Amino acid sequence: MSAVQVQQLVKEFDGGIRALDGVTFDVPKGELTSIIGPSGCGKTTTLKVVAGLVEATSGTVEVNGAPVTAPGPDRAFVFQDFALMPWATVLRNAAFGLELRGVPRREREDAAREYVEKVGLSGFEDAYPHQLSGGMRQRVGLARALAVDAEILLMDEPFASVDEQIRRQFQEDLLRLLSDERKTVIFVTHSIEEAVYVSDQIVILTRGPSRVSNVVRPGVDRSGGSDSIRRSQAYLDWVEQIWHDLQGYLER
Amino acid sequence: MATSVESHLAVARGDRPGRVAAWAGRPWLLRSASILVVLGLWQWGAWASVNPAFPSCTATLAAFWELLVDGTFAGAYAETAGPLIVGLLLTAIGGVLAGLVMGLSARAEWLGLPLFIVLQASPSAAIVPLITFVYGIGFTAKVFAVVLLSAPVIVLNSYRGIANTPRSLLEMSDAYLASRRQRIWKVIIPAGSGLIFAGLRLGVAQGFTGAVLAELIITPTGVGDLITYYRSVADYPAMFASILSIIVVASVTVTLLQRLELRLFRPELRPA
Repeated sequence: MSAVQVQQLVKEFDGGIRALDGVTFDVPKGELTSIIGPSGCGKTTTLKVVAGLVEATSGTVEVNGAPVTAPGPDRAFVFQDFALMPWATVLRNAAFGLELRGVPRREREDAAREYVEKVGLSGFEDAYPHQLSGGMRQRVGLARALAVDAEILLMDEPFASVDEQIRRQFQEDLLRLLSDERKTVIFVTHSIEEAVYVSDQIVILTRGPSRVSNVVRPGVDRSGGSDSIRRSQAYLDWVEQIWHDLQGYLER
Repeated sequence: MATSVESHLAVARGDRPGRVAAWAGRPWLLRSASILVVLGLWQWGAWASVNPAFPSCTATLAAFWELLVDGTFAGAYAETAGPLIVGLLLTAIGGVLAGLVMGLSARAEWLGLPLFIVLQASPSAAIVPLITFVYGIGFTAKVFAVVLLSAPVIVLNSYRGIANTPRSLLEMSDAYLASRRQRIWKVIIPAGSGLIFAGLRLGVAQGFTGAVLAELIITPTGVGDLITYYRSVADYPAMFASILSIIVVASVTVTLLQRLELRLFRPELRPA
């Protein structure tokens, strides 16, 4: 059962630059699908078309069978640069999606407080974004996306502006959170290790033309904790194989 | 946990221990020192120069005190305040609205932007005398002078504040289903408030210039009259005191406006 179906997506920007050239893939319900590929391959553009933020030149995106034309309450977006309002507290930023939907103040703040706590920021409800580190800001972005209770979470390189140590901790926390929430996630990243570590399914995009080169399901056994996963043969083999796939396109 | 939150926020605020903190905790100390240095240089300059038209700092301050106590300033400002307040209210409301519309609509931008850029670049002081041909020498002419000087900077800053809303915040408001009204009130205006208020502060300062200019050039009333009168009778300390009073009143107004901005739009910049 797929939550999102992307069919023959083409996007041409002004000036005839073709960002997407027939991208097709399915996103199974309740799973985490990564989109990975070299920079300039249209990962973020694909995600924004799914979000309804960018209009495709041709092709379709369907969410639960209904075509996407605009943003909707079934999808929540996590931005690479966080997109937090500097004049609002952590709590108001986290509650902003609900505020825009007209949820009464008490109710939306209760919901936001719950997710601020779940992403590990309790105590910082009244802090402002400039007082937080990059990793903490992205946690606020994640809390905002979770608070609107959308079925599908769209994450655009959420950890790109976060340093490596914090990134690993954040990946753990994300997986733990998602296992409670049972969301469908589309996750854009340029890190092969990250994709193999967090994903149920990986869509590999290539550049020039921007198409899907391969869709793989690593199915790494996550039962043994993060260190044993990162050392397991299956994990290392998948990283190696995807690297091999992408290398072919980089050299051309 | 609570202490770690506190210490994290303290670091983020830039609190530093030791001697630096002792200074940073008392900014008024540095500020008064800087004012004292300027006044000292003034006193020395007047003492070193032989020009009787440049009064010393102490003579000016003495004259200032006298004019303040005998009610001369109060009377003059009561007169100047009328056109100044009316003019500033007109530009503050109309100017911010015009900037808002120009920032939101490409057509209004195309229509209005060149006008205000030309107005800003034009030598307004040279236009002020021409106002009398149209509006005579009364109240309206003075209001017009205030508007002429303060409008361009208010309109252009508001426009820039609105037009330069960060793209990612606009995308965010789209993704979280903001209506057009919500997008303007909850994202675009708060994001632009820094530039809008910077424009208002500059505009208020320009408005003071316009009001005094009108009183100097069109008809001598209010503070402009004080300056003209004391110059004609060669009472230079009183003349300088009148000019000083304009600086003081304008600075206080601008500071109050800054407080208002922090209170309304920028809670994150408010000192804890």
